[in-house]
Amino acid sequence: MSERRRETLTYLVGYALALVLTLGAFAAVKWPIAAAGTTLAIILALALVQVIVQFRCFLHISLSRSSRHDLLLVLFASLIVTLMVSGTLVILFNLRDRMM
Amino acid sequence: MTQPSLRHAGINLGGTQEDPNADAESGIFGFWMFLMSDAVIFALLFAIYGTAVAATAGGPTPRSEFKLDSALIETLLLLTSSLTVGMGVLAMKYDATRRPVFAWMGVTLALGIAFLFMEWHDFSTMFSHGAYPTRSAFLSSFFALVPLHGLHVLAGCIWMLVMGAQVLAYGFDTRVKINILRLSLFWHFLDVIWIAILTVVYLQGHVS
Repeated sequence: MSERRRETLTYLVGYALALVLTLGAFAAVKWPIAAAGTTLAIILALALVQVIVQFRCFLHISLSRSSRHDLLLVLFASLIVTLMVSGTLVILFNLRDRMM
Repeated sequence: MTQPSLRHAGINLGGTQEDPNADAESGIFGFWMFLMSDAVIFALLFAIYGTAVAATAGGPTPRSEFKLDSALIETLLLLTSSLTVGMGVLAMKYDATRRPVFAWMGVTLALGIAFLFMEWHDFSTMFSHGAYPTRSAFLSSFFALVPLHGLHVLAGCIWMLVMGAQVLAYGFDTRVKINILRLSLFWHFLDVIWIAILTVVYLQGHVS
């Protein structure tokens, strides 16, 4: 298979997967099959999978040796984001509980 | 023929040119630094939104303001534009003629502008319901987060026009090609941010 066909296929597979995941998340909200908390967990999980799919297929971040630098940068940014977001949520929710 | 190897994230120019990757590697990596710091800004706005979403102060609520059907159309517009910008980059890499690249990028630009019009329509509907930024903490954090993404899309549209002018002026030289690679990374990145907005803001508003 030529390089061009392989790369085009990567985009098309990413697009198809993203479509399925998006429509799945909409369906989970439109026709709920579980309690609200479970539905929320389902759509957050679908979004996380879709972000990974888009990073893999559209942004071409992969585990291959040659793109390690970019992978490290993305993983480091994810670490920073996780720390800052979870810290913000913990502190602000704690603050709200104290003010109630 | 040498085996083209992936040297940096995104579509590599390798395989069709002498060694464009040497220039591209550091330039693209620097652009990734920008993207990731932009991601940090968005992540913190998401965190603020998460803590403020319940603080509606008796005013409009997420469920009353967010329309799932228009969110779905906006998602499909952006997702499709992410595919077409990728096709544009592949056309640039393998054809390096103006017509297919302009066609794909033109479709992308049209989808981006359609997205902006939909979003503008949503916001003006919200304003007409009295859902404006100063109404409650929920609406302040909403209007900090979602229009910032819209501004990024607007910047991407303007950037696309600038790249069109650069292609007309310089043709597909290495610098123009690397700029288009950066533009495509930016556009894909905005689609990823939109997935997070769709989930955390629009879909979460209709759960429960």
